Amino acid sequence: MSAPRTLDVGALPPGAFGSRSLMWWGTMGIVVIESTVFALAIAAYFFFRTRLPAWPPDGVAPPDLRWGTINTIVLVASCLPNQLAKRAGEHVNLRGVRIWMLVCLAFGVVFNVLRAYEFQHLNVLWDHDAYGSIVWVLLGLHTTHIVTDFLDTAVLAALMFIGPIEEKRFIDVEENSAYWYFVVLAWLPIYGVIYWAPRLM
Amino acid sequence: MTARLELPHAGEDLAMLEATWAEPRGFVGWCTHVDHKSIGRRYLVTAFAYFLVGGALAGLMRLQLSRPDNTWIGPDLYNQIFTTHGTTMMFLFAVPVMQALGVYFVPLMVGARGIAFPRLIAFSYWMYLFGGLFLFTSFLLNAGPDAGWFAYPPLTETLYSPSKRADVWAQLITFTEVASLAVAVSLITTVFKMRAPGMTLNRIPIFVWAQVVTSFMVLFAMPAVMLASTALILDRLVNTHFFDVEHAGDALLWQHLFWFFGHPEVYIIFIPGAGLVSMIITTFSRRHMFGYLAVVLSLVSTAFMGFGLWVHHMFATGLPQLGESFFTAASIMIAIPTGIQIFCWIATMWSGRIFVRTPMLWVLGFFAIFVCGGLSGVMLAAVPLNIQVHDTFFVVAHLHYVLIGGAIFPLFGAYYYWFPKITGRMLSERLGQSVFGLFFVGFNLTFFPMHVLGLHGMPRRVYTYPAALGWGSLNLAASIGALLMGFGVIVFIVDALRALRAGEVAADNPWGAGTLEWATSSPPPNSNFLRPPTVGGREPLWDNPVDQPTVVGLRADVRDVLVTHVLDAEPDHRVEFPEPSLWPLLTAIATTTMFIWSIFTPWGVVYGSVPVFIAMVGWFWPHRPDEGGTQPWPIRHRTLPLPNEAPASGGVI
Amino acid sequence: MRSGEVIQSVLSPAGAQAANIYHLWSVMLLVATVVFALTMALVVFALVHGIRGDAPSSERTLRRAVYVALALTVVILIGLLIESVWTGRNIASLHASSAVTIEVTGHQWWWEITYDDTVASRRVTTANEIHLPIGRPVVFKVTSRDVIHSFWVPNLHGKRDLIPGYITAIWLQADRAGTFRGQCAEFCGLQHAHMGFDVVAEPDADFVRWLDGRRQPARPPDSALEQRGHDVFMANRCAGCHTVQGTAAHGQVAPDLTHLATRLTIGAGTLPNTSEHLRAWVQDPQASKPGNQMPPNPLPPDDLEALLAYLETLR
Repeated sequence: MSAPRTLDVGALPPGAFGSRSLMWWGTMGIVVIESTVFALAIAAYFFFRTRLPAWPPDGVAPPDLRWGTINTIVLVASCLPNQLAKRAGEHVNLRGVRIWMLVCLAFGVVFNVLRAYEFQHLNVLWDHDAYGSIVWVLLGLHTTHIVTDFLDTAVLAALMFIGPIEEKRFIDVEENSAYWYFVVLAWLPIYGVIYWAPRLM
Repeated sequence: MTARLELPHAGEDLAMLEATWAEPRGFVGWCTHVDHKSIGRRYLVTAFAYFLVGGALAGLMRLQLSRPDNTWIGPDLYNQIFTTHGTTMMFLFAVPVMQALGVYFVPLMVGARGIAFPRLIAFSYWMYLFGGLFLFTSFLLNAGPDAGWFAYPPLTETLYSPSKRADVWAQLITFTEVASLAVAVSLITTVFKMRAPGMTLNRIPIFVWAQVVTSFMVLFAMPAVMLASTALILDRLVNTHFFDVEHAGDALLWQHLFWFFGHPEVYIIFIPGAGLVSMIITTFSRRHMFGYLAVVLSLVSTAFMGFGLWVHHMFATGLPQLGESFFTAASIMIAIPTGIQIFCWIATMWSGRIFVRTPMLWVLGFFAIFVCGGLSGVMLAAVPLNIQVHDTFFVVAHLHYVLIGGAIFPLFGAYYYWFPKITGRMLSERLGQSVFGLFFVGFNLTFFPMHVLGLHGMPRRVYTYPAALGWGSLNLAASIGALLMGFGVIVFIVDALRALRAGEVAADNPWGAGTLEWATSSPPPNSNFLRPPTVGGREPLWDNPVDQPTVVGLRADVRDVLVTHVLDAEPDHRVEFPEPSLWPLLTAIATTTMFIWSIFTPWGVVYGSVPVFIAMVGWFWPHRPDEGGTQPWPIRHRTLPLPNEAPASGGVI
Repeated sequence: MRSGEVIQSVLSPAGAQAANIYHLWSVMLLVATVVFALTMALVVFALVHGIRGDAPSSERTLRRAVYVALALTVVILIGLLIESVWTGRNIASLHASSAVTIEVTGHQWWWEITYDDTVASRRVTTANEIHLPIGRPVVFKVTSRDVIHSFWVPNLHGKRDLIPGYITAIWLQADRAGTFRGQCAEFCGLQHAHMGFDVVAEPDADFVRWLDGRRQPARPPDSALEQRGHDVFMANRCAGCHTVQGTAAHGQVAPDLTHLATRLTIGAGTLPNTSEHLRAWVQDPQASKPGNQMPPNPLPPDDLEALLAYLETLR
């Protein structure tokens, strides 16, 4: 009897970037879950809107445009160092990864601080009424994401300085940048709802 | 051909392979397990234990309701009992047990060595365990939730539920949703990226498709209940006003959010059951499933349509008629994909060579009970009839017919079918028939009269009822039926314990089935397959040509796993899977502390998140320079291909 | 109380809406029974055929059979959908410009009933018992003061949830005389099980007489015993929660007692309205409805008898 046929996969690489990697699928799973949460929170916002005659109700002023708009610009601008970090990761360029992740973190400090100003200028508290509650929760949900995104970028950046470093870590850098993109992109509709819906409706 | 290849192959060290995939012994070792079979087993055992708790609570309910004006259990305790029963069965049993079967069997059925994100699966189990313990401890401390498994505000707002009970409910949701979401992400990744070469999409077993579809549903449905329960906790803890009508809040918002989750939830429970039915019918008819494509598309369309029905739980709230008609139409039309599956199953049986064993008995029982439940469902879809029997025992009958019929009967079939594979022992055919008989008769005696009780005016969630309304005899019959079901479960437990100790030893493939989990030993080796298979047909053990290749070249000294392409399962790259680790347990303990702390003060989230953060850093921080199996820094030349780049060389036959 | 099969039943319609629904039920029950029998027969035949392992049908024959079954399923489902929508439209068509209008407000665990009138002084407030004229449409405008309840009189119509913050309208009509029972059908807390109410459908003349009677305030006490009972009522906590029209008692959080003695049941359908039950209820309502909002009233026996005599006068 001849030797059984085999499929030899020994020469395959020990990892891959992008949607080929398992981690990408895990990250996309989180993206789907969190997107659904945001979409439902926005739906709840409009549910309240349809039930009340005035919006914002009770004579409350809409949130100040200034801090939210500035922060939106900062968040969108952070996509640039994010993209550069991603590219450095794909090219397995440690120096590039270190530099651009630090720049991302700098942006992260700024937009987290600005977020605190946004909360202070919403012109309503969470316990005022349902409008206040949904605005704070919408902003709060997104804030949870910018905080955790900042933290996990910081941990990964620390790892890329301290080590142990291996080639696979550059896939993690790429995945992290994908999550960063999600957090920025998810902000855009939320910004629209919190700051512009009460003005346009 | 079902014989496993035992030929030693030059250059392979199977002993080293098995040692690499072995899990540590001892209690502390057990806490570090990441093998999907180990986690799957404990998930199944825990889910069964929770089932017994939920069943015992139901037994108490039936005892209380067995006669009118009964004062044995007062309203406060009864309300905790029925709420904990429903919450346990829906959140702690029905979904997790199906996910547990997925955790154990999906990697085997797709020919993989492990499940994607093993430590996440371990974390999921611990959150599940702690969540259940949290709920039952609260119940024993007289702090069990008491406002129904769907916890409608304003009843659950602080004003009407001043104790911690509603917070316990809301936080239990968080535990179980985190656990379920984690498993869902893992299963999707495993099925799409870790299939045996040759397992193209149209060769994926139907049960695996069911798990994928269910997992997608979990990703989209669970966030709704997470958002709702978070809003409820916030209303109770920090005075937000989501559901508080005095401050522009809205009680119906809860219902929309909850049922947007709640309706898909029942399909999350049923679709795996339907997958089990397909699997068992295929095996015991000894032919390929008739209409494979139709069955898979039916599962997918059921999942999509399931998101469009939720308002049928709200027909009594007085919504506009046009909207109601839409949801009636959708709720009726979802019967069509289910009907397609039923007809395909019947066609498979008709044209097969059937042999009946206990698993098949449970499938036959499924037909009777689930079809009855589906028909009462079509009745409930009609608004005029719905507003009469909504919130009566008619609905209690319907939901148990579809959930027990559609999920639990197939589940028991799966228990008998897969017990040999998990444990290496056969359950008793004779006792299996007794279990089935007791459960089938008991079930119908318990729940069929409830249709009549509802039509005779008996509402749900009542701790007692007046004698004069004449509901006593049907309630007594229902309670007797519950005893029969309980006996059946006891016989099952006795048989399982007996079999574990002294049951007939199981062969690799005692049923002569066709899917890959039967291509390995019972129980499987540590590495799942000593030689990972490739696949030449939909039922590999029936369809594979004699010379179907096995996979070689994966390392035996680390947990090396093959990752394949999404559509055609061509080999793409290899990945080193993690070793056993204590971090998932530590992270779960930290997360549990944070969740429970946050019931008492919002600062619990802030302070509690610090240990969670620390644990997660510990989890992800590597120990060795090549812990991922790639080159340590500094690297000489890159080995990892970019997304669009072909690998240096693919698999070689 | 007569058996639920008669007085609290979907299957004993006493009005147009419930009759429409009953008809739909009958159709659906028939179809469901036939479909169930057919499906089970197919399963059994397939099982037997498969066990015998007879000559296998071709895939083409099987496919045709599945298509036929599928087509039949779709036709039946569409038919049921049409039947359902048609019934819904029949139900929605019950309307009248001069209908009796009744406001129902749910409380934990009793029903506040107000008969509306264009003249404010002619409005009637009562609790836990509703009278309806036979043959005239009645519109119920329902809401809740606290948690979600559900208003349900199965002999007359389907249920409607009482949701705080929402007022919705539900139309029904009684078409024969009878006394029916309704019950709260949305879990509302500790005594959800004992939140019932009585519905009396009577000829129009009787209804008008009843309603006129409800407009009268309580007559002043006649005898010394009744006067003493009246004083006990006002001196204790009773007046803090209950209203008796024409007296100093204007409590808003418990059922209106102005015509208590004519009611069929007490405690929102919990106990028949007899003197023994009323005595037990007043002394300790927690015994038969534990957790409800009314506290025990341990009165000295003479005061208690006087109070009961006074309550007897509230007709």
